[in-house]
Amino acid sequence: MSSGSGFGDEKGGSSSVGEPEYGHDPASGGIFSSDYKRHDDLKEMLDSNKDSLKLEAMKRIVAMIARGKNASDLFPAVVKNVACKNIEVKKLVYVYLVRYAEEQQDLALLSISTFQRGLKDPNQLIRASALRVLSSIRVTIIVPIMMLAIKEAASDMSPYVRKTAAHAIPKLYSLDPEQKDQLIEVIEKLLADKTTLVAGSVVMAFEEVCPERIDLIHKNYRKLCNLLIDVEEWGQVVIINMLTRYARTQFLNPNVNVKSDLIKSNPLGEKAFYGSDDEEGKEEKAEAAALAKRKPYVMDPDHRLLLRNTKPLLQSRNAAVVMAVAQLYFHLAPKAEVGVIAKALVRLMRSHSEVQYVVLQNVATMTIKRRGMFEPYLKSFYIRSTDPTQIKILKLEVLTNLANETNISTILREFQTYIKSMDKDFVAATIQAIGRCATNIGEVRDTCLNGLVQLLSNRDELVVAESVVVIKKLLQMQPEQHSDIIKHMAKLTDNIQVPMARASILWLIGEYCEHVPKIAPDVLRKMAKTFTNEEDIVKLQIINLAAKLYLTNSKQTKLLTQYVLNLAKYDQNYDIRDRARFIRQLIVPTDKSGALSKYAKKLFLALKPAPVLESPFKDRDHFQLGSLSHLLNAKAGGYQELPDWPETAPDPSVRNVEVPEWTKCSSREKRKEKKVEKPFYSDSEEESGPTESADSESDSASGSGSGSESEESGSGSESEESREESESEQEDKEDEEDKRKKKKKTDRGKVKAPAVESPERFFFIFSRFRFLILEVQRLASDSCSLRTSCRRWHKKTIAPSGSVKTYELLHRITGEGLGVEYCFSRQPFSPDAHMVAVQIMFTNNTNAETKNLHVEDPKLQSGMRIKEFPEIELLPPGEMVTVVMGIDFCDSTQAANFQLCTHIRKFFVSIQPPVGELMMPVFMTENEFKKEQGQLMGMNEISEKLTLGEKCQNEHGIVQRVTSAANVSRSSCSSSLKSNLQVCRKDGVQWDFSVGYCDGDWHNAGEGYSTGPNPVAP
Amino acid sequence: MIHSLFLVNSSGDIFLEKHWKSVVSRSVCDYFFEAQERASEPENVPPVIPTPHHYLISVLRHRIYFVAVIQSEVPPLFVIEFLHRVVDTFQDYFGLCTEAAIKDNVVVVYELLEEMLDNGFPLATESNILKELIKPPTILRTVVNTITGSTNVGEQLPTGQLSVVPWRRTGVKYTNNEAYFDVVEEIDAIIDKSGSTITAEIQGVIDACVKLTGMPDLTLSFMNPRLLDDVSFHPCVRFKRWEAERILSFIPPDGNFRLLSYHVSSQNLVAIPVYVKHNITFREGSSQGRFELTLGPKQTMGKAVESVLVSSQLPRGVLNANLNASQGTYTFDPVTKLLTWDVGKINPQKLPSLKGSMSLQAGASKPDENPTIIIQFKIQQMAISGLKVNRLDMYGEKYKPFKGIKYMTKAGKFQRISCLKDNVVWKTLQPIPALISKDSSVVSGLMFAQPVRHSQ
Repeated sequence: MSSGSGFGDEKGGSSSVGEPEYGHDPASGGIFSSDYKRHDDLKEMLDSNKDSLKLEAMKRIVAMIARGKNASDLFPAVVKNVACKNIEVKKLVYVYLVRYAEEQQDLALLSISTFQRGLKDPNQLIRASALRVLSSIRVTIIVPIMMLAIKEAASDMSPYVRKTAAHAIPKLYSLDPEQKDQLIEVIEKLLADKTTLVAGSVVMAFEEVCPERIDLIHKNYRKLCNLLIDVEEWGQVVIINMLTRYARTQFLNPNVNVKSDLIKSNPLGEKAFYGSDDEEGKEEKAEAAALAKRKPYVMDPDHRLLLRNTKPLLQSRNAAVVMAVAQLYFHLAPKAEVGVIAKALVRLMRSHSEVQYVVLQNVATMTIKRRGMFEPYLKSFYIRSTDPTQIKILKLEVLTNLANETNISTILREFQTYIKSMDKDFVAATIQAIGRCATNIGEVRDTCLNGLVQLLSNRDELVVAESVVVIKKLLQMQPEQHSDIIKHMAKLTDNIQVPMARASILWLIGEYCEHVPKIAPDVLRKMAKTFTNEEDIVKLQIINLAAKLYLTNSKQTKLLTQYVLNLAKYDQNYDIRDRARFIRQLIVPTDKSGALSKYAKKLFLALKPAPVLESPFKDRDHFQLGSLSHLLNAKAGGYQELPDWPETAPDPSVRNVEVPEWTKCSSREKRKEKKVEKPFYSDSEEESGPTESADSESDSASGSGSGSESEESGSGSESEESREESESEQEDKEDEEDKRKKKKKTDRGKVKAPAVESPERFFFIFSRFRFLILEVQRLASDSCSLRTSCRRWHKKTIAPSGSVKTYELLHRITGEGLGVEYCFSRQPFSPDAHMVAVQIMFTNNTNAETKNLHVEDPKLQSGMRIKEFPEIELLPPGEMVTVVMGIDFCDSTQAANFQLCTHIRKFFVSIQPPVGELMMPVFMTENEFKKEQGQLMGMNEISEKLTLGEKCQNEHGIVQRVTSAANVSRSSCSSSLKSNLQVCRKDGVQWDFSVGYCDGDWHNAGEGYSTGPNPVAP
Repeated sequence: MIHSLFLVNSSGDIFLEKHWKSVVSRSVCDYFFEAQERASEPENVPPVIPTPHHYLISVLRHRIYFVAVIQSEVPPLFVIEFLHRVVDTFQDYFGLCTEAAIKDNVVVVYELLEEMLDNGFPLATESNILKELIKPPTILRTVVNTITGSTNVGEQLPTGQLSVVPWRRTGVKYTNNEAYFDVVEEIDAIIDKSGSTITAEIQGVIDACVKLTGMPDLTLSFMNPRLLDDVSFHPCVRFKRWEAERILSFIPPDGNFRLLSYHVSSQNLVAIPVYVKHNITFREGSSQGRFELTLGPKQTMGKAVESVLVSSQLPRGVLNANLNASQGTYTFDPVTKLLTWDVGKINPQKLPSLKGSMSLQAGASKPDENPTIIIQFKIQQMAISGLKVNRLDMYGEKYKPFKGIKYMTKAGKFQRISCLKDNVVWKTLQPIPALISKDSSVVSGLMFAQPVRHSQ
């Protein structure tokens, strides 16, 4: 059967064409035909009209794929069903398509139009799934289509679709890296997204596509820090790892002073004073002294922000998140604060053994640098007999790293029990660990050595061999005192068979042959006898031993050495032959012997430095902890180096999120630019804008009274429609009521008291106002339905914002003493409902009277109209007079130009309305708002920038600035968390300005999308 | 991130493969099989294996290796944690995560994997969201599906992913509204021959089974929250509230979930509820050894110690054990040398004991390994740390739910009992604990304490 299917595989998609039985012998033909029959049968099922049959066929096909069987010849039959109504069939077709599209590129194109249709679906979930499958089809030819789809989805109003767009970015990038620049643009846009749903995915895309573009993070840094706790756990891991790298490039090393203090010894005078103090006190004072001398280190508030916002995540149930935070603290936190991660890491030791394995690797690295951190948890690393060997060995590593003078006795006692274990690999590792403890801690060296020597009489050869190797290393440190141990070991050569151990003993004897002058030649004699049967590594050591003895004691060993060298000369291993030849030339004086032989003794019997028994985890921390590269101790593909701390901190102001000045001239240009760039504006950004969640209820209470009259005009004209609509309104109200109740309840349970603003919160809000984007939109062309909706809201209008901003129309110097200011009074302009009321204030600063003030020669854009104020007959000196004029700006922010005339002069003036002034405040429920919002298509966008000065250091200030810039005020909505302000223009064109934000609490993330009615699929 | 996933059974066959990016040939698993061969025990296969072009990260659960193939740098724990989440999901769906269960439900498995990862990055891992997307197979549904040809895939598009509380399904309805909480504590202890404790720590979890209508908002408070030293929460728990008031406030997921796991600070003295007296001796030159073991309760506050199971790995030299149990049954496996004694309930009046002789290989020298005794037990209605739930309140819904709290203590190093631990269901609590008593008695005297003299 397997051969049959193999043949089928080769044939691939063309199998349906030919008749493969021809010319085959009957037996194999049978197999083939049955094979094809099976597929034919599936094809038939797929072609049938019954969904159940299709489903059955797809299930069988998916099962084939799962088993790794090739089902590519069914491609045409399957792809036909891509538009199937049945959702499970559809899903399975998707599975199939994604699996085989790469192999059958041409046929896969047939399905593309289905997904393109899906991308336009009103249901966000369908849009998302269409994008997901489309972007998973690895066919190069559709790259432009994917690019377009991603761009569109990146500005979709649904955060879920935007998330999917973020997921699609790395897919496209891997398919066609040429698209990088365009993708970076999309990433930049999505990085500015404020929803938690998107944050994790876009950072993942960032890491895959352009991890080097750290500059893209600046503006989003504070936002990411603040969103972090609400992002789903997988996203958290990615964001934390990225922020670790970011912080390394942007902040100063918090430990830089501390470290140098520890190294630096105290100045002479101080030493006497502090000598009596305990260790800590000394350190502290030294630190203080040093700090006083140099510029004190002050942590960047953003650095602090990161540390503070990640700390709660140590409590996560997800081990990867805990590890990510732990590595962040290890790499970024001041020394004194790193300790907090120990407890969490120890907790992970309770988890699955794979998790333990990774955590222990990282703990092992940490313990080398920061031993103190884990000392209190020493007992948590005690080994249990049920641990897998690899865990045991890692724990042993950690215990060894943790050993110091105070706890060494406890640890050694623990090690004693381990030596009795049945797991021999583990016993060997324990002996190594004892050796390392002995080298590191001088006090216990003798005890350990004695213990190890006792192990030499152990019955298990492996134990003995390992002990020999370790003893050899220990003896090298102080050979003089231990000639008896060397003698003891020399005796072992008779019994021990493990080559490494034999080699170690021989080396020891050779090296210290002067300490055992009687035994050494005898050992060589014995070894010479068995030379031919030894392992290579032992043979090499025999040659070594012979050479050394020849040099020290040539009288006794000359012949033996010659014998050994002769044996070695004809050895099978060329290494040994080479060695023998080399040594003979070096030590045996001949006529031709070179200058080197004079130094042979020096060469061979030089003092050798004792081996340093180091942890294999030393210096691994140059890899980012928790990374794959760290675990493997080798750079893995795509690993981003953890940069060194900068010497001087880069400009911290890059993270400031500024809203540049709202200037009249530039704003217009900018708007034009933007329009050129993006012909379409989706409603994705409409959450941007100022509002405040906490006190919205009180806002609404105060606001409800005053603005009502502004609606009066609308109500008058449309009274009949109002009746029709009243019912639906009632329902909406009820909905609203319910929701409000619910919200209240959830609010009560909420953890974060929104009233208390921490500084980060403020930064967060700060950042989201970098671009204030007011989305302005003509609702529908027939004004009838619009007015209806206006009418509906009339009862609940909200107050216009309290402060009315005054603009200068004419400066008193240019006006030769006549100063003119204007403001938008936000009162209805009674003569014409379509006009905006502009209040104009004339001040006469001259000493003479000004007469006949009036408007002349208005230069207006088409469609704009102006209603002049009645002529002012007389303005006495020092007096002020106020008049009201009406201007129909016709939805645009184009200026109205006209001449202001007095009895003697004419002044050219212009009035340009800020967007907010073109709107009329209307109260509507969230549901209504959503409904309206849902109908908005093809947007106009007006964006402005604000510069926030030093004064704007709190949320209130910023909100004020933004609202004043946009000329709108905060409004409340059903939820205290998100506010929507719907403003309606008087002339029946609706402007929609939605403002809102979700605060940092996770329970509120994406609020605006979840509480509303779900879009209905047509 | 994650390129592909291969499921490998204990006999080394790949029985399922799934690719999220381009197809990776299954021959990449050869590196894994090599490592598997090198490892002496199944659990000793290194979790991360580098190969020339890929990295293999694997977890072992229920004797199935889940081998993920990755191509570039990714935190290994990220993958490991995800794979465990996959296994948890399978278990949640099929009851058991065995090769047979996966093969039977291969389509559902495939659909699940498709939803859980997008392009190798986790997409939906919350069980509540997944259950909305793909309905778990039940016997009834399987029957109905075969007849009507309907599907396991949710008819409606799920909204859970868009929700503020992604862990909870919307529109949950129950006729009986119930919320059960199990406080399950495990003791890990290492005890030496003399009975003194080397280490002992208590790890606890609160597993919940919440079946409540609508969107309830629960708060759970403790009498003595200070006991909890180190906690980790389900994402539903509001962390700030815990920090401020030591109250667990949360909107629960629907169904079974682990609300909290905690560690009781080691400063508190841990009362070990069971003691063991034992005497295992081998005489030099003789082919016989003596085995004596007695168990007794200690500090159990009058609660019975149940489901006691003693196991010990006897030295390799032991050929057979001829023992006599005063209660329960014992078995000795002459191949693995594992002695297990199913004791049952400990009667304080008549302490259970196991006595007898062991026969050694003729001529073999006295074994020098010391056998470790592992004891498993459980005690109902008691949390050994003394943790007590004070009250459970519900906001946000009008009905009165039925509330239940259950305490239980078990003990153990959980790797050994992981298969049992996963079956903790409210009605049948059957976790088997293990108290590890490491016998350090046989260590021959003060090895390191006394200097060795070499007579010359």
